[in-house]
Amino acid sequence: MTTFTSAELRRRAQGARLVVAGAFLVLSGAFFKAQVLDSSEYRSTSESNRVRLVPLPAPRGELRDRNGLLIAENTPGYTIRLWADNVDSLRAVLARVDALTPLDTVDLDKVVARWRAAPYQPAQVFSSGEFRIVSILEEHRAQLPGLVIQAEPRRFYPDSTALGHVVGYVGDISERELASERFPDARMGTIVGKNGLEYEYDTRLRGTPGVRLIEVTAFGRTVREGGGGRFVRPVVGRTITTTLDLPLQRFVDSMWRNTPFLAERSGGLLAMRPTGEILAYYSYPTFDPNAFIGGISQARYNEYNDPKRSALFDRVIQGGYPPASPFKLAVAAMGLKRGLVTSSTRMPVPCTGGYQFGSRRFRCWKPEGHGAVTLSDAIKVSCDVYFYQLGLQLGAENLLADGAALGFDDRSGIDLEREQSSRWAHSVDDYVNGKRFGTFTPGQVLNLSIGQGANVQSLANMVTFYAALATDGVKRPPFLVERRPDGPVHDLGLTPAQLRDLRQAMVDVVARGTAGASGGAELLVAGKTGTGQMPRGQADAGWFIGFAPYDAPEIVIGMLVEEGEHGSTVAPYVVKAIRRFLVGPDSAAIAAPVDLPITEDLTGGLPRDGETDGGVAPAAVPPAADSTTP
Amino acid sequence: MTRRLDRPLLLIVGLLLFYGLVVLFSAGQTDTPTSASGVWLRQLVWILIALSAAAVSSRLPLRVLEWATPMLYGLSLLLLAVLVVAGTGAGTASSTKSWLAIGGVRLGQPVELAKLATVLMLARWFSARREAPTTIRGLIPPITIAAVPALLVMAQPDLGSAIVFAGILFATLFWAGVPVPMLVFLASPVVSLLLSWSTLLWSLWMVALFVMLLTWRPFLLESIGIYLANSAMGVLAIVVWDRMAPHQRGRIVSFLNPEAYSSTSGYQVIQSKVAIGSGGLFGQGFTLGPQKRTGFIPEHWTDFVFAVVGEEFGLVGVLAALGLFLALLSVLIQIARRASDPYASLVTFGIAGIIFTHIFENVGMTVSIMPITGIPLPFFSYGGSFLVALFLGLGLAYRTARDERVASYVEN
Repeated sequence: MTTFTSAELRRRAQGARLVVAGAFLVLSGAFFKAQVLDSSEYRSTSESNRVRLVPLPAPRGELRDRNGLLIAENTPGYTIRLWADNVDSLRAVLARVDALTPLDTVDLDKVVARWRAAPYQPAQVFSSGEFRIVSILEEHRAQLPGLVIQAEPRRFYPDSTALGHVVGYVGDISERELASERFPDARMGTIVGKNGLEYEYDTRLRGTPGVRLIEVTAFGRTVREGGGGRFVRPVVGRTITTTLDLPLQRFVDSMWRNTPFLAERSGGLLAMRPTGEILAYYSYPTFDPNAFIGGISQARYNEYNDPKRSALFDRVIQGGYPPASPFKLAVAAMGLKRGLVTSSTRMPVPCTGGYQFGSRRFRCWKPEGHGAVTLSDAIKVSCDVYFYQLGLQLGAENLLADGAALGFDDRSGIDLEREQSSRWAHSVDDYVNGKRFGTFTPGQVLNLSIGQGANVQSLANMVTFYAALATDGVKRPPFLVERRPDGPVHDLGLTPAQLRDLRQAMVDVVARGTAGASGGAELLVAGKTGTGQMPRGQADAGWFIGFAPYDAPEIVIGMLVEEGEHGSTVAPYVVKAIRRFLVGPDSAAIAAPVDLPITEDLTGGLPRDGETDGGVAPAAVPPAADSTTP
Repeated sequence: MTRRLDRPLLLIVGLLLFYGLVVLFSAGQTDTPTSASGVWLRQLVWILIALSAAAVSSRLPLRVLEWATPMLYGLSLLLLAVLVVAGTGAGTASSTKSWLAIGGVRLGQPVELAKLATVLMLARWFSARREAPTTIRGLIPPITIAAVPALLVMAQPDLGSAIVFAGILFATLFWAGVPVPMLVFLASPVVSLLLSWSTLLWSLWMVALFVMLLTWRPFLLESIGIYLANSAMGVLAIVVWDRMAPHQRGRIVSFLNPEAYSSTSGYQVIQSKVAIGSGGLFGQGFTLGPQKRTGFIPEHWTDFVFAVVGEEFGLVGVLAALGLFLALLSVLIQIARRASDPYASLVTFGIAGIIFTHIFENVGMTVSIMPITGIPLPFFSYGGSFLVALFLGLGLAYRTARDERVASYVEN
């Protein structure tokens, strides 16, 4: 056959060799390009393939009280993360983890969402795990591919419930928080402050996270930790010294929880220096911020959100109450400022137990009447009829405008972001335009004059007003760490003499209580009780706001007890707290009886049920669903 | 005086076996154990079996083999047909039905045997003829011989092996003396299909084809046929695309642009290229390749074993392997050239064709100049069926080389 001649075959063999050589040249060229020309690029890809960055969270800065006592610190904790190739294997490993240690505080869907957001990062399952859980997982590591356990600082609040509301707590940043600009530099999985001081001063406390390099296999197992300089240390957050006085705070907590009358009721207490430095900040029922660390259990969360207790609701800055009699000092201040009265001015109509206004008689709390009293005496005995007339002399517009000028339409400006604004109309027009204040009737002026009506104040705002009375007559934002530079400042516009007269008037209201003060001197507490009349048949709220020593105040305290019935019931507790602060931990001195010369203000002068007059619902009852989630 | 070729063949095959085994040993050295762990030992067993197979095939009388060829071919077609109905997936080909199993015991991949049988069948067909066909019509029988197993394999579906049958066909046609222009025309519809994704390239190809037809002047009717087939392919491409299995489509798309599919079908080839590229000139060192160690090279003991060569031995190791392959193919071509018997010559060249197609497909895939098709790399990839079939063929080539020694006087 001619096709298999030698010459033909040689030609074809050459052709075949040419084809093979050409093909191998192409292959060699491709390898030359990959291994010589592009090698360094592939080398770095190979690195980044295997070497993963694990963020090292920075320990948060400590929170301390004014004397350096610890309020919030860090203890060893562990964060559990999982590498996974896909959602199915992630869920499978999660199920195994759950079998070993119940993940009842973990939302598994959120873990999957975290994984989807960054599939090449280990997805966080939970943070701040305890050593016990970690040791169980470590024992079963072989069944848990992709498990990353990392020692991370765990937030701890040594005084737990005593500081719940003021210190707040921390937790994983939520998607909504991530989207908001509130937490710059935060990333998925960052622990941020959720409430209280932790939230307010988060940026300062958080510090700068570091980075750890680890080498992993394609299946997500850690092979070796990158040592030798492949480690960026986290920078610890700044320690913050607060103005709080931890012994006083503990005293208040213990007093409230151990006194049956108080333990059954909700309320709040705020103590500050007249300069605005807050010494104690307490809302009851309180909660244990440690319960939130690493995720709160559903049972605990339900307990805290029980609408009967609303333990997460902050009654110092979020609760709103009719300010009642303590507000009479504001009306007095307005009258003095406008020159309508002096401390010795009497009103045209003496108190006979009530005041006829139009067709209606507005009662005084004392049916027998106070007679013709001066302003000082009216404050002392809390005569409603006197203040009805002073309010009428001011007139509705002046009353509302002056109230706004004194800051009763505003926040106190405390350095806590969640503070609720007070409710106070700027003018009569506000009643017409908005539903916020209800309908205006001429009788509203009388209500407002005694701290009722469309007037809802927070404890913080009221105490701040009294701090101004106790000092130079300028209402400045109180603070736990530092005063807000842009906080509201209101000058009461009173002369030092007028202020002195008002303080003098308040001394006689309460406290002739001898506290056995050091040096045997009598500790005189000045203050004002009040009974806030709640609408819709709720029991009255008891107020007391006072300061001591009356002539050179060192501490201003306000306390509010929901369903506290009378301000005079509340006052002794405040006096005890004052003694604790000024006298020290001498239990006998604190427990000394409190002499209340005047038991006043049992009901206030408002019409009772069925005779309501333009009152608005105070915001004392917290919203059913708190924004906090476990 | 001509040099003997049986000894060089043994030497080169021995070196390749050793190299392959060394790489397989390294493939088992990973940070977390994979199924590659003890694979080199099992491969050693397969090598012994394969050598025995070669010993048998090299002693088989050529005429007996030629006589038995239609039966072998028929048997392999039957097995492939059985697979279409009852094949199972396993190993690197888990999504295809390429394994023959009886009662759950996997016996092997018949396609490897079919490749060899097809070579034998084509050799028999051509050696029985005085002249190679010079018309397209005359090529219909050999095309059918290769196309039937190829189509059966496509049904599994195994695109890679189907391409090998094309390689076998073209190698045999070329060696049998079919004029090169005929081969070009034969291949032209496939070229048309491949270029159909770009209107410009496809148009240029159609013009070039027209010029070629005018230059080489086949029969008029065939010219028209070829041109129509090319035109049809351009249109058919879309239909074919629609009918492809998702994994085949994915492979083609990711071949064209692997980076766009880095998390799915392009992942394998990217990881392979990263391993090879990071190997550099001299490699990361024996057993030390980080990509391999941490499991980022997919199928690093079978389809992508050459990525381990690239990562651990660098360009030097790659060129050494390619050099050995080149030497093997040269020796086989030389054996085929000197063969005294057309049948033996065609068989040897056909076997070279199988090996060449496998090498170019597999090695090209690891650096993404070829699409991903799961066919093994001779001497390197772990796997019994292919190794045994390969050595059956090499046994035949060895026999041919030994016969030449006896018959070398025939040559001028």
